[in-house]
Amino acid sequence: MSSMIYKKKSPLILFLVPAFLFLLVYLYYPFFQNIINTFMKIGGLGRAAEGLNEPWYENYQRLRTDPYMRTALKNTLLLTVCTVVFQVGIALILALLVDTIRVGAQFFRTVYFFPIVISATALGLMFNLIFLYKGGMVNQLLLSMGKLPTEVKASGKVLVQWLDWKDQSHFLFTMLMPVMWQYVGFYFVILITGLNNISPDLYEAAALDGADGWKRTRYITLPLLRNVLCTCLVLAITGALKVFDLPWVMFGAGMPENMSWLTGTYMYDQTFNKMNVDYGSTIAVLIVVLGVILSNVANRIFRPSEDL
Amino acid sequence: MDTGRKPGPKILTYVLLGFWAITTIYPFVWVLLNSFRKKGLIISDSFSLPLGEAFTWDNYLTAWERSDFKNAYLNSFLISGTVTVAVVILAGLAAYGLVRYRFPGRGLLYSLIMAGMMFPVFSTIIPVFRMEAVMGLAGTGNRWLSLLAVILPQIAGNLCFAIIILMGFIQSVPIELEESAYLDGCNVFQIYFHIIIPAAKSSFATVAIFAFLWSYNDLFTQSFFLRYPQERAITGLLNEISSQAGVNYGLMAASVVLVVIPVLIVYICLQKHIIKGLTAGAVKG
Repeated sequence: MSSMIYKKKSPLILFLVPAFLFLLVYLYYPFFQNIINTFMKIGGLGRAAEGLNEPWYENYQRLRTDPYMRTALKNTLLLTVCTVVFQVGIALILALLVDTIRVGAQFFRTVYFFPIVISATALGLMFNLIFLYKGGMVNQLLLSMGKLPTEVKASGKVLVQWLDWKDQSHFLFTMLMPVMWQYVGFYFVILITGLNNISPDLYEAAALDGADGWKRTRYITLPLLRNVLCTCLVLAITGALKVFDLPWVMFGAGMPENMSWLTGTYMYDQTFNKMNVDYGSTIAVLIVVLGVILSNVANRIFRPSEDL
Repeated sequence: MDTGRKPGPKILTYVLLGFWAITTIYPFVWVLLNSFRKKGLIISDSFSLPLGEAFTWDNYLTAWERSDFKNAYLNSFLISGTVTVAVVILAGLAAYGLVRYRFPGRGLLYSLIMAGMMFPVFSTIIPVFRMEAVMGLAGTGNRWLSLLAVILPQIAGNLCFAIIILMGFIQSVPIELEESAYLDGCNVFQIYFHIIIPAAKSSFATVAIFAFLWSYNDLFTQSFFLRYPQERAITGLLNEISSQAGVNYGLMAASVVLVVIPVLIVYICLQKHIIKGLTAGAVKG
């Protein structure tokens, strides 16, 4: 319903041009240039292309056969699934719970959101300490609960078989858990905002009709929250594909044995450390394609009702 | 809203919520305690309070001496402050224009923004680096140019999200308010500044906070453009410490605290604003 105020279109230029100019120069142009780069031979970061690759699809061929790329893809998909299930899942449960209480609601909101304000680099360092091999927080806890095998030497020294949280059988948990943990609060805040936008009149009407507790959640809250949930899912999926800092600080270049690569860390390593700039662009294109496909799937499943 | 329910589920609610709260708070407390603990004791006895013999300030002294925290803070706040201001101004105007005007191409612009949200920084960084190298911004070794080289792509990276969020809130501002202002003789810009911004104030705050945080925490973009010691921002500095500290766990803990404390203070000051905004809802009655 466009009001008569907005009949005159000339101010529109001032509203739209600055933002879209920025997007054009720093988002859309580089995005397409990046796709072109995947077919080029580029000698180093910031250098001009030296011509077409031989054959022009060389990088895509490499993408298909690169075993580390396969690892990175597998890990990233796992991360995405975990993100959707655990981050959004836990956030939804917490949001529904906080919505039912009054005392302390503010406290929980403040606390849950807090990890998001901290740079993932600091969190990475923190989790490095927590999962430290010899005497990290988790290992000390396990030791005090008697869960770690110990051996008392003749000299009276106690030898502990510490659990290596970054070894081949534990690294997935150690890598994924902090990422999950950090962003629960983000979706929690979005969902809580959605819950607050639901008119109390609806709940009153439902209460008059005798619906309470679970029924209220099932038939009023969840359907009305659907749009917000869909937003959360899309954000969670695209967010999972962007994860970089925490795994990079904790695992660096694919430790252990090149098993912990994610698409993001692998792209960075190829571009910045190995100077395979055109191959790095190709990995980036793959990340975008994945994002588009996965969020379309999410949209199909939880399609929000039409209102732009 | 609460219609006096049985106390049983309520206790369970608090237990569950409390459990998650502990998992969020305790790791920070643990790091804080251990940043005051003497070398070597962290790996044998990290749960007790570091009192008496075990207490030390050394970790902080070493951290402050060895790394240029002051400079890194200044860089970080310059970058993220500029990004935040620019994102709020640009996104606010664009969102208002897109919500209130009907014009050909509006749907296309909206799809462009949605698509822009899908472009991860990975997919634009290499051409942006090249572009800025040609423009003489990136890789010059000049501190201010390097900061600008980070700021510009970060603004673009945050714009799409900000526009989408603000569109949602501006839509919920009742148009009657604007119509009566118009009848009183306001033009669109006056309407924007005197009606829209106050009405959607909380969402502007939310957008500003997210833009600030994402910029502040973005190790990826920073590590491309900030390569000389005097340019380093907080996340870069920490990344460096983590690769240099070796087994000096006390130093690592102290560095984490040095980075977290200022953010914590700012957060506690701002959260009232965030939460007021989030709960009050932009327009209620």
